[in-house]
Amino acid sequence: MKIHRHLWIIITCLSITLGILIFFGLFQEEKISYNQEIRPIFNAKCITCHGGVKKSGGFSLLFREEALDTTESGQPAIIPGHANESELMRRVRHHDPEMRMPLEAEPLSEKEIDLLRTWINQGALWEDHWAYIPPHENIPVPPTDQPGWAQNDIDPFVYARLQEKGLQPAPEAEKDVLLRRVSLDLTGLPPTWEERQQFLQDPAPDAYEKVVDRLLASPRFGEHWAAMWLDLARYADTKGYEKDLGRSIWQYRDWVIHAFNKDMPFDQFTMEQLAGDLLPHPTADQYIATAFHRNTIANDEGGTDDEEFRIAAVLDRVSTTWEVWQGTTMACVQCHSHPYDPIRHEEFYQAFAFFNNTQDRDIYNEQPKLFTYAEENEEQVATLINWIEDRLKTPPSNSSETLLHDHRNKLLYQLGYRKVEAEEFDKSSRFIELTPPDQESVWQIQDSSWILFRKVDLTDIEAISYRYASPYSGRIQVRLDSASGPVISQTRISHTGKPESEEAWSQWNTKKVSITPTAGVHDVYFTFGIDRHYTSDLFRLDWIFYHEKHPGWTSRGNHFQEQVMKLEQVPAIETPIMRERPPAEKRKTQVFTRGNWLTPGEEVVPSVPASTGSLPAASTPYNRLDLARWLVSPENPLTARVIVNRFWEKIFGFGLVETVEDFGTQGTPPSHPQLLDWLAVQFRDTHQWSVKKLLKQIVMSATYRQASHTTPEKLAQDPRNEWLSRGPRIRLSAEQIRDQALAVSGLLSSKMYGPSVRPPQPESVGDWGTSPGEDQYRRALYTFWHRTNPYPSFITFDSPGRNVCVSRRIRTNTPLQALVLLNDTVYFEAAQVLAEKMQAFDSESVTQRLREGYRMVMLREPSEEKLKSLEKLYQAAIQHYQQPTKPNSIAKPVSTRIKTTQVEVKDHTSPEFLALTLVANALLNVDEFITKN
Amino acid sequence: MDILQQAQQELARFHTRRHFLKKCTAGLGSIALGSLLGCHSSPAQDALLSLTQPDNPLQLKAPHFSPKAKRVIFLHMAGAPSQLELFDYKPELQKLDGQRCPPSFLEGKRFAFLKGVPNMLGPQATFRQHGDSGATISNYFTHFPEMVDEVTFLKAMHTDEFNHAPAQLLMHAGSPRLGRPSMGAWVVYGLGSENQDLPGFVVLVSTSDPSAGKSVWGSGFLPTVYQGVQCRSKGEPVLYLSNPGQVDPAMRKKSIDIINEINQKEYEEVGDPEILSRISQYELAFRMQASVPDVMNINDEPAWIHEMYGTEPGKNSFANNCLLARRLVEKGVRFVQLFDRRWDTHGVGANNGVDQALQEACTQIDKPITALLKDLKQRGLLEETLVIWGGEFGRTPMMETRASANFKGRDHHSEAFTMWMAGGGIKKGFTFGETDELGYYGIKDRVHVHDLQATILHQLGLNHEALTYTFQGREFRLTDVHGKVVKDILA
Repeated sequence: MKIHRHLWIIITCLSITLGILIFFGLFQEEKISYNQEIRPIFNAKCITCHGGVKKSGGFSLLFREEALDTTESGQPAIIPGHANESELMRRVRHHDPEMRMPLEAEPLSEKEIDLLRTWINQGALWEDHWAYIPPHENIPVPPTDQPGWAQNDIDPFVYARLQEKGLQPAPEAEKDVLLRRVSLDLTGLPPTWEERQQFLQDPAPDAYEKVVDRLLASPRFGEHWAAMWLDLARYADTKGYEKDLGRSIWQYRDWVIHAFNKDMPFDQFTMEQLAGDLLPHPTADQYIATAFHRNTIANDEGGTDDEEFRIAAVLDRVSTTWEVWQGTTMACVQCHSHPYDPIRHEEFYQAFAFFNNTQDRDIYNEQPKLFTYAEENEEQVATLINWIEDRLKTPPSNSSETLLHDHRNKLLYQLGYRKVEAEEFDKSSRFIELTPPDQESVWQIQDSSWILFRKVDLTDIEAISYRYASPYSGRIQVRLDSASGPVISQTRISHTGKPESEEAWSQWNTKKVSITPTAGVHDVYFTFGIDRHYTSDLFRLDWIFYHEKHPGWTSRGNHFQEQVMKLEQVPAIETPIMRERPPAEKRKTQVFTRGNWLTPGEEVVPSVPASTGSLPAASTPYNRLDLARWLVSPENPLTARVIVNRFWEKIFGFGLVETVEDFGTQGTPPSHPQLLDWLAVQFRDTHQWSVKKLLKQIVMSATYRQASHTTPEKLAQDPRNEWLSRGPRIRLSAEQIRDQALAVSGLLSSKMYGPSVRPPQPESVGDWGTSPGEDQYRRALYTFWHRTNPYPSFITFDSPGRNVCVSRRIRTNTPLQALVLLNDTVYFEAAQVLAEKMQAFDSESVTQRLREGYRMVMLREPSEEKLKSLEKLYQAAIQHYQQPTKPNSIAKPVSTRIKTTQVEVKDHTSPEFLALTLVANALLNVDEFITKN
Repeated sequence: MDILQQAQQELARFHTRRHFLKKCTAGLGSIALGSLLGCHSSPAQDALLSLTQPDNPLQLKAPHFSPKAKRVIFLHMAGAPSQLELFDYKPELQKLDGQRCPPSFLEGKRFAFLKGVPNMLGPQATFRQHGDSGATISNYFTHFPEMVDEVTFLKAMHTDEFNHAPAQLLMHAGSPRLGRPSMGAWVVYGLGSENQDLPGFVVLVSTSDPSAGKSVWGSGFLPTVYQGVQCRSKGEPVLYLSNPGQVDPAMRKKSIDIINEINQKEYEEVGDPEILSRISQYELAFRMQASVPDVMNINDEPAWIHEMYGTEPGKNSFANNCLLARRLVEKGVRFVQLFDRRWDTHGVGANNGVDQALQEACTQIDKPITALLKDLKQRGLLEETLVIWGGEFGRTPMMETRASANFKGRDHHSEAFTMWMAGGGIKKGFTFGETDELGYYGIKDRVHVHDLQATILHQLGLNHEALTYTFQGREFRLTDVHGKVVKDILA
């Protein structure tokens, strides 16, 4: 083990090729490691032709049994123990370039050929890829000869690497720099000036730890880390594609915030999201957690094939699950065996089978959904239910329904109050759409369309009512058990407002129609047809009401009736969730030949890729819960490593494995393999999956606390800070930049949770119904995420489109970012508010005011030089604005939305105010503001 | 790339950056606009700058081989125009007008809206041959026939998708699913930008956004610097471009000077080379504030140009966008993408058929596209500018009677449609591909959307199989695992 580690370190070393030669000279007799010596050669030189996709000459190097198998020539290419008889050796040394491997490429070096020979002679043994071997449980912390530096056990691992590289750690960052860094890292927000003063003046040895604990306990913590998770969950407030209609799924976002805030152990966090619905007696929250996989894009465009897009969603769930928890790229295995990693084509569909049995199927209404109530409404519903049940002789049993909305439904049904929302159909024909934007009514866009409700008990139903709106006319027929089944009711619908007028769409009528008495439970089809008018839309249907002969709700007097109707009308919040189909309707999963769903192949059952382990034996078929449990079991080699690495990447800007999304053979090897494994085991075992404990451990380390200053020498040795010879210096995320500007100016709202909000957008993007008041100043993660038209300033700062899972945001540095910070009303308004505060600062001295401005924005003291620059700008601006106004064609009017602050500024057009605004605007644009130092 | 290589590259990058800074900004105290501007003010110098500034993702990059085209103008008719009324004349279809569709056309096929056995719908336009090439063009176009001898028609285009959003995504991003980079993003990623003062990939939209929204010009998993920048001929030409409040250009310049002065001090303090990059981005932002409104302002065009295009300054129109496209390529913008959404002629109402409504839509683009080709030609730009016209799929020879037989509509059709290309090394006055006598299937020289993409990249000097980007462990490319360059249409 020790030798292997040294081997690894030496190979990755930047400068000592010579060292490697000497090493091999000395250790000629040592066992050759497949992972460290041979796999890199195969991966770089051979596997594109002899791997999962192409098996040129019938020879593949992906699995040992394939590599030793007979090739097209009739002979195996590798004969363990006999390098000289192995075709592989002959071909890599062949004198004929047509025969020599790799074909049309540089030949292997003598050293590589020697390695291959020795390895084959030693038996051509395979090794699992490092990431598929579970981390050791007892990795010793390396000894260190600099006892003064380390703050915790992370540091000796880092220090050992620094020593090997001939690097020294940087001194600890200045206190105010460190405070801003740790505040931004843990909560996404800068500290306040008071918090800074407090920390600077706290002489206690644990002053920093107290700060860390305070930040971990802040509700802002969950909001910050939710943003990271929502990228992985591809969370958005619309469904995507052409219609891109809204999706009410914000309760999932709130669930994530809450889970981080209460430090839900990561194993539970995993199980609830992947299989909350399969836990025993799931709570509403556990159902909401499963919305993780209901964030997939859906296509409501007219004439689409729902099954096609249902499958697309399931494919995405497989890829996302494996990317998020396993750092494994499954997308390519959809079409063929993995070209580089040992995952077979059919194993993708075994994984697919876990997710292929949920009830959702890309229909408009997004069923299955969970209905819950806002806190105040929940109380009302509970009270009403109690009141009603108190008056019934045989109330429905409370115990069987854990969810309030189900309880309410049961009660209403029992009372014969049978109102059904038209949009909640089980199935529909192609020409049915839901009316945008609220999607709360069914819209017949063509003749002969229908909606289906399954298993409706029609016994004792005497009539049906419809609520509808239409500028035209048409008819509704009720048919049994098929769209062309017997008609049990028929009615003509005529226009509700002025014929063929736009306003008729919003004038609703109700009509009651009798039905042929029908006993028993049926599939009920409502079919819609044209009347006289030819048109592309007939009418809209809001709800349907089944009238029983003797409904219970009407027999107890008016007050009782009112209470029942009140109960029915309390608005519920809907969230799409995962639910399994009943065993009788279980979907069969077949391999899709070359990834095409229209060409299904052999049938498969749920399982995990063999190279990463196996599920414990079970008597029943595996389901999502088994998968989730396996992901967080100690046997799983990847999850703890992958997750620890994700958090590390957010803090340091780069993961210990830089390719956070790919721990496979094509990903980058870990910079600190021992540290990664040790931290993974700490997270899983010592911290019992506590994210807060993990983050505390990271930010308490001396490694984290280093100053981020660098020197040309250090840059030359460690240009990207891979060896952690200094603190992280990283541009902030789109969310952090916005939140910070609002925070330092005092505009930021601390309101948490709830439906997403629409802060102002540039006018030319169009009106999107800007939210009023405080909602304009909410934290960025509450911004309505419109998939096909995302909030432009976020995209400019490298937010992903949230259409698919994205593990890493690639940081760019562009002129459009400069334009956002210079000109976006959000930032300019923040500058105006800062200017008000500077102007109101109790000092006549301009320098003092500018100093105060710098302090408010950067949370530290300005250097005299920077202060001088600000003064230059201020003076130039004062002179400029004192001149008579010049015509100015491109300026927009001053924002009129300045929030009333505690500060009194009388004149928003005075040269002083304008100059201070310009200074504040500049402060919000300098590099140190948008960077974590 | 292994770590060793990567490290060496990083090191080299760092040194060149320092070198660049030393050379170009002699007195850093006055790093202000002037000094950096002084380093590059012509395209040639821009290119030079890119060489010394290899961290600039928009730097000019060498193509894979010698290109025929330097720039692209892609005119996308969102909604999918009917090939059967515009270019693909089918007299046989006329004879079958009103008759039941032969079942062989329906078996195993998926349509968006057609149901049962529909009737055939004969061409609603009349056709005539034009130019030396004798191309058949319908009477919906009166100007465009003048330019047919510059054009190659692809009459047997086909696609995999029959819904708008997925088909548009396939056309522009190579995959029907969301999340992939668009063609313009790939091209700028591959070649960089010739003009460092303007975005390399510009999008102009008349009417409303296409069905698939802004994703058809997104950067997908490529860095966001490659996404299309939507420019507008009405209102703010680029989002966030105008100064707010009483900030005027003089004050903006002064404040950027100061921002960069402070950034420079920060750099001296902390030594992070990323700050230098930020300094140059602020310089560029300021230059864009002048260069973008300048290029977007068509007021200075002579009257005869306005007459030729049918442009009206200050309006959001397809005509204006065509003129802007010319101005943008003139300034070295690499990829200009126009979207015009008015072509989804299902016949679900009087204003929605392949008769009057489609003719009206053609009138809106006839003059502008003709003028664009002429104008590019007279300026010598057509040689190296590839112009592409088309929708995301075609329309059925069957009639869609969703509303009434009175309205002549056609459903979405993935099997055959017409596109045309001009300039940029494409044959002149040529027709490639042929459909059957009803215009249903391509029967000769079919061109798939991926082939079209491969061909566009090829003309730009890019091998579509080699222009890749690693994401989710896979090397992605615009053409997925498909695409063949259509060699037959290359001049």
